[in-house]
Amino acid sequence: MTATLNKPATQGQSLQVRPRKPVLAATGGPSVRPAAAAHLSDADVERLGQELDAVRDRIIASRGAKDAAYIRRVIAVQRTLELAGRATLLFSKRKSAFFAGTAMLSVAKILENMEIGHNVLHGQWDWMRDPDIHSTTWEWDFVTPAAAWKHTHNDLHHTWTNVLGKDKDVGYSTLRMSDEQPWQPHNILNPAINMVLAPFFEWGIAIYDLELEAWKEGEKSTDDLKKSLKALGKKAARQAAKDYVATPGAAAVFGSGKQALIGTFTANAIRNVWAHSVIFCGHFPDGVDVFTEEEIEGETRGDWYIRQMLGSANISGSKLLHLMTGNLSHQIEHHCFPDLPSNRYYEVAVEVREICERYGLPYTTGPMPRQVGQAWAKVFRLALPPKRTATARINQAPTVRAPRPARASFRLPQAARVV
Amino acid sequence: MAQIRALRRMASLLTTPLAPEDFLALVNPLASTRQLRGVVTKVVRETADSTTIHFHPGRGWNAHAAGQWARIGVEIDGVRQWRSYSLSAAAGHDPAITVTAIGFVSTALARDTKVGDILFLNVPQGDFVLPAHPRPLLMLTAGSGLTPVMSMIRTLVPRRPDADVVLIHSARTAADALFRDELLELADQFPGLTVRHWYTREEGGRRLDLTDPTDLETLCPDWRSRAAYACGPSDFLDAATELWEHSGDDGQAQLTIERFAPVLLPGTGGAGGLVTFEKSDKEVEAGGDVPLLDAGEECGVVMPSGCRMGICRSCLTPLVAGKVRDLRTGEVHGDEGELIQTCINAAAGPVHLDI
Ligand SMILES: Cc1cc2nc3c(=O)[nH]c(=O)nc-3n(C[C@H](O)[C@H](O)[C@H](O)COP(=O)(O)OP(=O)(O)OC[C@H]3O[C@@H](n4cnc5c(N)ncnc54)[C@H](O)[C@@H]3O)c2cc1C
Ligand code: FES
Repeated sequence: MTATLNKPATQGQSLQVRPRKPVLAATGGPSVRPAAAAHLSDADVERLGQELDAVRDRIIASRGAKDAAYIRRVIAVQRTLELAGRATLLFSKRKSAFFAGTAMLSVAKILENMEIGHNVLHGQWDWMRDPDIHSTTWEWDFVTPAAAWKHTHNDLHHTWTNVLGKDKDVGYSTLRMSDEQPWQPHNILNPAINMVLAPFFEWGIAIYDLELEAWKEGEKSTDDLKKSLKALGKKAARQAAKDYVATPGAAAVFGSGKQALIGTFTANAIRNVWAHSVIFCGHFPDGVDVFTEEEIEGETRGDWYIRQMLGSANISGSKLLHLMTGNLSHQIEHHCFPDLPSNRYYEVAVEVREICERYGLPYTTGPMPRQVGQAWAKVFRLALPPKRTATARINQAPTVRAPRPARASFRLPQAARVV
Repeated sequence: MAQIRALRRMASLLTTPLAPEDFLALVNPLASTRQLRGVVTKVVRETADSTTIHFHPGRGWNAHAAGQWARIGVEIDGVRQWRSYSLSAAAGHDPAITVTAIGFVSTALARDTKVGDILFLNVPQGDFVLPAHPRPLLMLTAGSGLTPVMSMIRTLVPRRPDADVVLIHSARTAADALFRDELLELADQFPGLTVRHWYTREEGGRRLDLTDPTDLETLCPDWRSRAAYACGPSDFLDAATELWEHSGDDGQAQLTIERFAPVLLPGTGGAGGLVTFEKSDKEVEAGGDVPLLDAGEECGVVMPSGCRMGICRSCLTPLVAGKVRDLRTGEVHGDEGELIQTCINAAAGPVHLDI
């Protein structure tokens, strides 16, 4: 801990930082554990919880100047790319400028949303106490306002990760993503809808963040919905003005207006498809569990960790891939420790994986093409009504532990959920 | 100005949700007006453990009056830390602070600051300033307490031929005495300044005794008729306050003091409690002797603050629920919606703050 004493009388003060959520018991256990963890005793789970807490404590104790320099470097690179991309689009009449500008802007937008925006909004960099890189002040290059997203994402999704009936989603009414969801004729459109959702992903998220479902059920007041709509309208207008009016407008001066418009649209679409794919990899590949409310009743700190680990899937790959996915390629680690700085997930993963192995828990991971492929396979498969006999499981993702106990497999409907 | 604003508005259409300054900051770190910054222009080692740091502030800084202080933010190990420092430069000049290494932040500032480093700033404040009308002055300082007074002397003495200032400065040794050479030179050059050094650790040295007027009478016989300013450690200031209260029988003697540290009641801490920072979505278990300001900073909340000792009220934060304990008096208080000085209040049970 850093000394923050400023005066003699406060010497020997005791400050102890605890994660805000969830405040769970250290000991005990739920009446039923998820099947994949059923072989663990209460004492095992308690020890596992302590081991993971220790991993977290160690990272927190070693956060420092190097990490701060990392996020500042990423931000500087991102802003430089963004500036260069837009400037190049001013001359996009020339083919080379069009491709270079669009590519730079796409990468900038991906970095901005994934490694910077998502993680800053998670409070991963709050410890620096820099008001410019802080979850309470950050706004991102995405149509949904940061505040709305923080609520549905940080509060709802991360707390109720993959708990049926609690972790709700926009795809509920449009996509069929779960064997549990009764098949309806329009589900035949599953692939078509998802194909449209991908390039317009930011709009899907924006609609999701309005919480229309909650409003219909009377959990969100009409007043609040109006406020959300107003905030979204304002943000969306500014976003659209930037990419579809101001940038092409400036480019028109150089006779490149139309090409610049195509460039910004393409950059947004590329970013959207990328984000959509990464998010799909986080919770859709086979091997990811969902849970019942019964299973989280009496959940201890260790059980909470187990749920996060069973409910998420990683993507294996290079350092560059980790950066471009905003380190959501370390989805498991991110779900266990949502507020650790993203550049440290890489080293956390080594320990979490080792712990999973030791406790006989599955650790789902795989290369991106395969994880994306599995998710899309599910979109196609669930478009059709269930066959009575089929054990609805296609290519199981490889897990660290080979055999797993058989268990009921629920799937959450979760189409447009940022992880 | 209007044109610049219009230009900025246009540029922000292209930079939203960021501001144009966020991009300008790629080349000029002082560009941001959202966070006031200064760039260090000169670093001077004053004594073995104190250093003067000159800096050039960015836009948004107000010129300081002699004797004022500013809140200085510095990044140590990636974490922003804030402390208050008196501005030791003369009014009308670029600001400078003189830091004596006694703890965590001051040691880092005094030892590690380099030319070109960025400091985070808040505008100067404080009313430990020169009197509005010329009067004979007595400055009574000890240790690092000389800094605000040095700014006054540098501002007043060379510019006012009618200045009449007596400085009594207490330091451990001649080598420890801040600005010693400069003060002696100024005293040589300007008849309006008299400097009396008092060394506590030199041969035959002892502490300046303020429990009765004897020492003062020797050093400055007309002390009662001067407007007096004092700055130094708590016990030094407590003794001075007492002396002036008891000796000012004719109601003339006037003393203005500046404290660098709050007067806390020892042993006021109780059990403490869980502090929830609602808007920031953070929680921390804090002891009953931990200022809420420190508790918030510890878990990454960007807390407003200033002097960190209960005088400036920059740290006021609305209380949502719970009770807090004033560390200066031990009093437990707290109504819903009350604005709490987080720098001198600690949790007395669970506390919710609206930040
Ligand atoms: C209005 C104002 C003006 C100030 N001006 C100056 C200035 O010009 N120059 C300067 O050096 N400092 C000045 N200070 C003090 C400064 O703000 C810090 O409190 C000081 O630098 C110690 O901070 P730190 O982080 O180094 O010590 P911390 O790590 O916070 O404290 C470590 C330990 O140092 C000791 N300590 C803390 N403060 C004092 C103190 N004032 N006297 C004796 N021991 C102490 C205590 O034992 C404390 O536990 C000023 C303070 C105020 C409120
Ligand atoms: S910070 Fe000055 S009163 Fe609290």
